[in-house]
Amino acid sequence: MTPHPDPLPHRESEPLNGMRGVWARTDRWSLLVVGVALLLALPVLTVFVTALQPAGAVWRHLADTVLTDYVGNSVLLMLGVGAGALLIGVPAAWLTSLHEFPGRRWLEWALLLPMAIPAYIIAYTYTGLLDFAGPVQTLLRAGFHWTRQDYGFPEIRSLPGAVVMLALVLYPYVYLLARAAFLDQSVAVLEVSRTLGAGPWRRFYAVSLPMARPALIAGVSLVQMEALADYGTVQYFGVGTFTTGIFRVWYGMNDSTAAAQLAALLLLFVFALLVFERWSRRRARFHHAGNRQYRPARLSFAGRWGWLATVACLVPLLFGFLIPAGQLTVWAWRTAPHVVDGRFLALLANSLLLALGAALLILLLALLLGYGQRLRPRPLVRWAVRSAGLGYAAPGTVVAIGVMLPFAALDRSVDAWARQWFGVSTGLLLSGTLAALLFAYCARFLPVALHSVEAGLSRIRPSMDDAARALGSTPRGVLWRVHVPMLRGSLLTAVLLVFVDVLKELPATLILRPFNFNTLAVRAYELASDERLADSAPFALAIVLAGIGPVILLSRAIGRARPGYDAVP
Amino acid sequence: MSLPSISRFLPSVCGLLFSLITAPALAGGEVNLYSARKEDLIKPLLDDFSKQTGIAVNLVTGKEEALLQRLQSEGANTPADLLLTSDAGRLAAAQQAGVLQAVKSDALTARVPARYRDPEGYWYGLSVRARPILYARDRVQSAELSTYENLADPRWKGKICMRSSDSVYNQSLVAGMIAHHGEAKTEAWAKGLVANFARPPKGGDRDQIKAVAAGECDVTLANTYYLGGMVNSSDDAEKQAAAKVAVFWPDAQTTGVHVNVSGAGVTAHARHRDHAVKLLDFLTSDAAQRWYAETNNEYPVNPAIPPSATLKAWGEFKADTLNVAKLGELNPAAVRLMDRAGWK
Repeated sequence: MTPHPDPLPHRESEPLNGMRGVWARTDRWSLLVVGVALLLALPVLTVFVTALQPAGAVWRHLADTVLTDYVGNSVLLMLGVGAGALLIGVPAAWLTSLHEFPGRRWLEWALLLPMAIPAYIIAYTYTGLLDFAGPVQTLLRAGFHWTRQDYGFPEIRSLPGAVVMLALVLYPYVYLLARAAFLDQSVAVLEVSRTLGAGPWRRFYAVSLPMARPALIAGVSLVQMEALADYGTVQYFGVGTFTTGIFRVWYGMNDSTAAAQLAALLLLFVFALLVFERWSRRRARFHHAGNRQYRPARLSFAGRWGWLATVACLVPLLFGFLIPAGQLTVWAWRTAPHVVDGRFLALLANSLLLALGAALLILLLALLLGYGQRLRPRPLVRWAVRSAGLGYAAPGTVVAIGVMLPFAALDRSVDAWARQWFGVSTGLLLSGTLAALLFAYCARFLPVALHSVEAGLSRIRPSMDDAARALGSTPRGVLWRVHVPMLRGSLLTAVLLVFVDVLKELPATLILRPFNFNTLAVRAYELASDERLADSAPFALAIVLAGIGPVILLSRAIGRARPGYDAVP
Repeated sequence: MSLPSISRFLPSVCGLLFSLITAPALAGGEVNLYSARKEDLIKPLLDDFSKQTGIAVNLVTGKEEALLQRLQSEGANTPADLLLTSDAGRLAAAQQAGVLQAVKSDALTARVPARYRDPEGYWYGLSVRARPILYARDRVQSAELSTYENLADPRWKGKICMRSSDSVYNQSLVAGMIAHHGEAKTEAWAKGLVANFARPPKGGDRDQIKAVAAGECDVTLANTYYLGGMVNSSDDAEKQAAAKVAVFWPDAQTTGVHVNVSGAGVTAHARHRDHAVKLLDFLTSDAAQRWYAETNNEYPVNPAIPPSATLKAWGEFKADTLNVAKLGELNPAAVRLMDRAGWK
């Protein structure tokens, strides 16, 4: 893995005539990729267009009162959750991928489990346990005969509390990408550093970590975008962020324009972050230089150190999964007989099929955009693909409205056209159908798949493409016959990540779903938002259980990945 | 999972997905409902309606603003015949947005009191919720309580738990205060109230009640059906917490207890207008009104129907007579006022 010059400079076969500008050099691949990317960016563009209308006096009011809180809390939340996810995810990945210790084999996949728990659900369960009226504090008071003034207990429903909750369920993104990167690192480099006298810590800090940087940055940026988009947790904890502000202005003050402007501001901020991220690694390339790697032998931790490693990996698992899932199980045990009825199987089927359909669709789109970007690494193509991924940082409701408005407009014009020419009304073709919902999922979760596919592609040496092309393959042939087989692990990761995300998705599903169509997430939310947490537990638990299967599959795929070939991100 | 196998079963997945959206059709036709009431709090009634009339009801639930947005963007092609919300202000907003139409029926006029419906019939209230003061039985005497305004008195410093101002219940309450006392006075009151908070606002209504029961604070505001739900909960801890809390009906001598309604209106472009009116009639019928009371501890909008036993135990109260549409109109002002008062 060495810095490599720009991967495909000579692929630009068209004349580089500066006078003729960008459009003169377009071709089918660029057009296709830019077209698809812009289509997926439609919801985000809708937000910006809505934001262009003049807003009333709301901004003056916001600036005078709550705006500084929104900005401050959002930034702290993003930084805190990012740091938390790194602190949990990276050491866990380093331990499980390069070392041997008791329980390593099952911790490897178990560490992914928190991913299956929706963030707002973990927030509800911990509040139930830790707030003043919860069992922990009640026991403390009873045990020591304390009253409220006698002791200090960290308040769970606060900004730090929200940071911890989100970090606990989001760290698996970092863990997953970091682990794949560590497994993938050339053992030769590690051995060279060893022969040069570097100890294990130094090898970690000076060699492994810098080499894993693209994967870590990809993971952290996913985590941070997800944290910025969170609504359920911060709203419940009473922490004012951009997201809660958007809904407060929209619902409470009836000002959808100002809400769109707040959303646009949030998206611009994320866009600036993405630009910065690209810029920070503008020159570095991370391909494997050698053509032979074998799996690094795991370092064995003996005795006490081994158990210490086990405990270190057990902690995030305990707090991110075992405790909340245990609480859910206790609740579900009590309430399932009352709330689970004949509709349960339909809910499960709806959730699974929707998640699977969306995951496959998004995978194909990510593959198209990722490969198109590799084939035509031009600014226009890159920016189009970047903007398609912005939807991930917007609250799901905002993306959903961004889908609803253009789709309804399209339906209206088709309807008007059909009435005029054929005298028939076509009614609503897209609005209120699963197609609109699937499109919203694509706009929102594309980056999850794209990061994975891009990371995988970046580790396939450009000389592979060159060799295949020299042997007469078309660009499409290279994708299907060379890249896809080599990317199996990355593609599986992408499918499963999106699958779990869609399974948990709530706001877009809630707004865009057709008549008489419910999912597990909708049902869990309806009961939870009615403050019937225990009643919502069976459905939340079903989401978690449905997500566990894919998580285990995912982990096994990574375990099987061979460095350099089955490149998993 | 290789790609060829994915592409093999993709068509069947799509086929299954689309077969799921075909709605069941009954002989008596259908009516389409956008409901901000959760499925659990409306579906049993709709099933009864279908049984009685043979009219199938197709349902989408969601947040009211989102449903309103959906209704607006779908325009004349909307499939929705009826919009049901859990807040009168949103119905007034829908009316202003031009997505509702006025309907009249003798049953509706007779059963729904004037202050719980639109004068022209654009929307009708279906059930009433009240937001009284709840207090800890062992630490507060009911004689110490009098009005909402009184909660801003410094004697309650550090003793009040409150939900966030993001909650539409609090927004609606403050809107009612503005209607009665004007903005300046209400703002001063809100500042005093915020100064008395035992902790920053957080959690839902049930969390406030639990906090009072556990001794984190002495007094809070909550909707009656949350306390009712806890009294009848399957969870013993919730039951015990509810037993430690009592209801006080404020403003008995003045403006009355803050109330709001859930209600519904027929959409401007309803294709099944008559069915929609039939459904409205049904939702205000004795059986349906009793169901609201018994199942969710809401107050029936029809004064002829008695409240549930749980609610009766808390006594009679004088309800605010303000037309509930006013609350929606003043909602934006209320939110801004709470921002200024530092009510998180």
